[in-house]
Amino acid sequence: MRNLLIFITKYNAFFLFVIFEVSALLIYIKYNSFQNASFINSSNQVTGGLYARISEFKSYLSLKDNNDALALENARLRNQLKSSLYADTLNKHRVVDTVYKQQYEYIVGRVINNSTNRANNYITINKGSKQGITKGIGVICSAGLVGKVVFVSDHFSVIQSLLHKDSQFSAMLATNKEIGYIQWSDEFNPHKGLLRDVSNNAVPKVGEKVVTSGYSLFPEGIPIGTISSLKTKGGGVSLNMDVALAVDFTKLQYVYVIVNKFAAEQTGLEAQQKKDE
Amino acid sequence: MSKTIIVNFLRFIVLVFIQVFLLKNIDLYNLSTPYFYILFILLLPFEVPNVLLFILAFILGLTIDAFYDTPGLHAAACVVLAFVRILFISITVQKDGFDNEPEPTLSIMGVRWFLTYAVVLTFVHHFFLINLEAFSLSQIEFTISRILLSSLFTVFLILISGLLFFKRKERK
Repeated sequence: MRNLLIFITKYNAFFLFVIFEVSALLIYIKYNSFQNASFINSSNQVTGGLYARISEFKSYLSLKDNNDALALENARLRNQLKSSLYADTLNKHRVVDTVYKQQYEYIVGRVINNSTNRANNYITINKGSKQGITKGIGVICSAGLVGKVVFVSDHFSVIQSLLHKDSQFSAMLATNKEIGYIQWSDEFNPHKGLLRDVSNNAVPKVGEKVVTSGYSLFPEGIPIGTISSLKTKGGGVSLNMDVALAVDFTKLQYVYVIVNKFAAEQTGLEAQQKKDE
Repeated sequence: MSKTIIVNFLRFIVLVFIQVFLLKNIDLYNLSTPYFYILFILLLPFEVPNVLLFILAFILGLTIDAFYDTPGLHAAACVVLAFVRILFISITVQKDGFDNEPEPTLSIMGVRWFLTYAVVLTFVHHFFLINLEAFSLSQIEFTISRILLSSLFTVFLILISGLLFFKRKERK
């Protein structure tokens, strides 16, 4: 027993190393496999608050770019207004429209922390559960698809961006509606994505648009990018192709969180179907 | 003694701020990202007990993790760094005469020793960190070039900071 104590004190550095290393790795692995809401992330009060403060300063540097983007978006939205359309009928009567109900609601959030240079990238925004954001809903920006929400606190939420090893969203080719999956390319390039598992019948062309399919968290037709090259990789059953992403993740400033009002109903129904099988 | 604690505490805060709000945004060609905050562990006094060294490394790692959204990743790398620091110092520095050389800084230990120390420790830390983050062998050339270029950047910053706070107090 005494010898054992002497042995342990003599090599105390090694034993301490093992203890601390194992606990660090446990935290790392646990967090990775279950995506548990843990307090060590940038949605807690201290880190989130600090990031919000710094991002306020930084936002001044890109005011011009943001103004341009907002002006463009305003122009586009203005074009869709009823008042800017030319009415060629003389008699108009107002119909209370019960066919269309609001299905998707958009919440604007400012990016207060962002990264694009790591294997798994996250974005923190300054809106949280108080504003109606929940875990697992989709996020876009004016240019296109951004990612999905993984952690929510009262005033902040963390988004797992498309630039993440585990990110995978349903996508389709804009012209012939062939379905595939969009994910990040293997090269850790923030401007490049990979469209996978498109069926062999599709005849994709370089420069063709890739949009969301409407099967996952997003409404149909939100831009993702354009096809940049058609390399076939792996098995021949399906096609894979490189996509130049529409969103510049390195300059992300404002994003829209999409709340699907029928999401609970849909997942409830689908869960029922799984139970029956 | 209390002066050492205050200096190290301030160094901790300054380094974490520099890392999180400045260096986190730097990224040369997707390959080179400096992790300058490890300077805190490098510059802890020689006399610091092993237990305290590991605890400080763990806390530093978790603090960085909180800002990087990667719980445990930097903590694991920092603990490895602390262990290598103990080994390196026990091999290269005599145990007597710690009174006149309290900290392993560039000005006290000389350029040659400090450069080896910084290169070895930085490389081990980056090797562990970037491999654990990528966690696959499929992109091995990319990972290795990231490790080498990031280490180069970090060592460069460490040397500059050493020269910036250079005090002429060569070891006799």
